[in-house]
Amino acid sequence: MTVPTQQIAPHALPDPERPTTSRERRRARSARQGHRAAYGMVAPASFLLLMFLIIPVLLAFGLSFTNARLISPNPPRFVGIDNFVRAFTSDPTFVRSLVNTFIFAAVVVPLQSALALVMAILVNRKVRSVTLFRIIYFVPVVTSIVVVSVLWEFMYQRDGLINAILQAVSGGTVQGADWLNDTRTALGAIIALSIWQAVGFHMIIWLSGLQTIPEELYEAARMDGANAWQQFRDVTWPGLRSTMVFILVTITIQALGLFAQIDVMTQGGPLNSTTTLVYHAVQQGYRRQETGYGSAISLIFFVIVLVIALIQRWLTREKD
Amino acid sequence: MSTDNAPADTLTRKATADRTAARNRARAASGRGPGWRALGYVPMVVLALFFLFPLVFMLVSSLKPDAQILSDIDSPQAFLPVGDISLANYAGVFDRVPVARFLINSVLVTVLIVGLGLVVNSMAGFALSRLEWSGRKLVLTVVIATLIVPFETIAIPLVYWVSKLPTIVFENGLPMYDFGWLNSYHVQIFPFIANAFSIFLFTQYFSTIPPSLDEAARIDGASWFTIYRRIIVPLSGPAFATVAILTFLPAWNQYLWPLMVVQQEELRPVMVGVQYFFQINPAWGEVMAYTSIITLPVLVMFLAFQRAFVSSIASSGVKG
Repeated sequence: MTVPTQQIAPHALPDPERPTTSRERRRARSARQGHRAAYGMVAPASFLLLMFLIIPVLLAFGLSFTNARLISPNPPRFVGIDNFVRAFTSDPTFVRSLVNTFIFAAVVVPLQSALALVMAILVNRKVRSVTLFRIIYFVPVVTSIVVVSVLWEFMYQRDGLINAILQAVSGGTVQGADWLNDTRTALGAIIALSIWQAVGFHMIIWLSGLQTIPEELYEAARMDGANAWQQFRDVTWPGLRSTMVFILVTITIQALGLFAQIDVMTQGGPLNSTTTLVYHAVQQGYRRQETGYGSAISLIFFVIVLVIALIQRWLTREKD
Repeated sequence: MSTDNAPADTLTRKATADRTAARNRARAASGRGPGWRALGYVPMVVLALFFLFPLVFMLVSSLKPDAQILSDIDSPQAFLPVGDISLANYAGVFDRVPVARFLINSVLVTVLIVGLGLVVNSMAGFALSRLEWSGRKLVLTVVIATLIVPFETIAIPLVYWVSKLPTIVFENGLPMYDFGWLNSYHVQIFPFIANAFSIFLFTQYFSTIPPSLDEAARIDGASWFTIYRRIIVPLSGPAFATVAILTFLPAWNQYLWPLMVVQQEELRPVMVGVQYFFQINPAWGEVMAYTSIITLPVLVMFLAFQRAFVSSIASSGVKG
C-alpha cells in the first residue's frame, strides 16, 4: 500500500513511552487508532439517528402527555393521560379509525400474502419467459402509491374504467358502484388497489424463500410418490416458515400505516368510513396543530406495531 | 473388445432409457404434453393483464383529449393509442403546473438522500463490522432496535421537533439565527440520510469480507479510513447497489413528510405536486399526463436495472 496513511489519526505515531517491542507497539497503536477511527466513522450516522429518530421517538412519548401545539406562544403543559382518555371516550373518529385500520389489515394481510405466494409459485417454475412475468408483476411496486391512488380514483368513478370492465366481463349483469363515495364499498376499493400495488414486493420475498429449498427434497418426495399438493404441503410449506413470518409482519405493519391512499382518494370519507390511525394522527396532530393529541395517536399506533414485532420474535424464537 | 463394449453399450442404453423416463415423469408432473403446458401460462397471463391494465390505461389516456378518454372507456380502445393522439395534455401540464421545478426538487432531494446515505451508513457499517471499540455492541443494539420504528409513528413529533431546530437565515445579507426548519430543502433531506436498515445491511455485508485484508493493509501502514476507502468500498459493489435502490424508491416517492413540512410551492417534490389537480372537476387527461411524467423516470430505471432491483428487494427479506 503506497497510500498516504494516518488521515484519521495523525497523532498515532510511534510513542517512546509506549510498549517496547515493535509488535506490541503496532498492536497498541492499531487499537488506539481503531478506536478513534471508529468513533469518527459512526459519528455522522449516530448523530443523525439521534436527531431524527431517537429524539422524535422520545418526543412521541413525552408530547403524548401534554397539550403541545405545533405553533403556540405557550409552552406545552403536562396533562397526564387526558389525550388517551379523549381518544377512547370522546373521539368517535379515533375509534372509527382504529376499527378501519384493523379491518384493512385483517383483509389485506391474508389476501396479499396468499396471492403473493401463488404468484411466486407460478413464476418459480422452469418455463419459458418466466422472468418477463416476474418483471410485469413487479412494475406496480416501483410505481408510487400516490400515483396509483390518483389513477385508481379515476378508474373507480361511476362512469369509469372499473365499472366498464365489470359490465363487459359480466355481460351487462353487474352495474358496478360509485366505489369511493359509498360507505359500503370505499374501504374495499382501497383494499383492492393497495394489494394491487404491493403484492409484487412480497412475491419476490416468497420467491427468494422458495429458492432456498433444495431441489433434492422435491426429488426425494417425488420418488416416494408424492403428488404436487403433497410436495407443497410436506416440502415447500415447512421450508417457508421463516419467510412466512417475515412476510406476515411486514405486510401487517405496512397495512397498519395506511395513509397516502386515504389522503389522496377519500380524505377519510364518506362519513369516516375510510379514516385510519395515521390519517387521523395527521389530521389532529398536523392539520389541527394539536401535536400532543396527534402524538398520543401515533404512540397508540406504535404500541400496536411493537406488540406485532414481539409476536414475531416469539414465533421465530430458537426452538432448541 | 466386444466383451468390453457390451457393458458400455448397456450403460448407454440404460442412460437413454433413464432420460426418457425422466422426461416422461417431468411431463407428467408439469401437466402431460404441450397443450397442458400452454394452459400453465393462462393464470400467469391473466395476472399480467391485471397488473398492467391500469398503467397502460394511464399512459394511453395521457395522450387523448378528455372527451375521447370518456368515450373510449366502454371499448377496448381505452387501452389503445388511437384516435386524436397528441402531447397536448403534457403541454397543458407544463403550462399550468411548475412541473420542471417539482422534478428538479425531487431529483435534488433524492440524489442527496441516496448519495449522502451511502457514505454515512457505509462508514457506520464499517466501524460496526470491522473495528473493535467500546460501545460497539450498544450502538449495534440501538440500530437494530430502531429498525421496527415505522416513520409514521414519529412523523408528528418530528414536525414539532424540526419546527424548533435552529437555522441560519440571511437578512440584508447578514447571517442571522432563527428557529424552524419548515419550508426548506434540508428538512426534506437530513431526516432520511442515516438509515438503520442501510447500516444493518452494510454491517452484514462487510463482515463477510475476510479480516486478513485489513491486517495486511495495517502492516503496510494504511489508516482505517484508507482501508475503508480503498479496500472495503471497492469490494462491496452489490451492497452499495442494494442500499442505493432500497433508499431511492422511498425518497422519490415521499409524500407524507413533504406534505407537512413544505408549504412553499417552489420547494415541493413531485408527489405533493399531485395536489394541484385535486379540484371538483379535474382535467383527467392532464392528470394522467402528470402521473406519467413522474412515473416514467422510475419505470425506465427499473427496466434498465431490473435484476438489481429484484435482488435488492429479495435481500431485504433476509432481515428478521
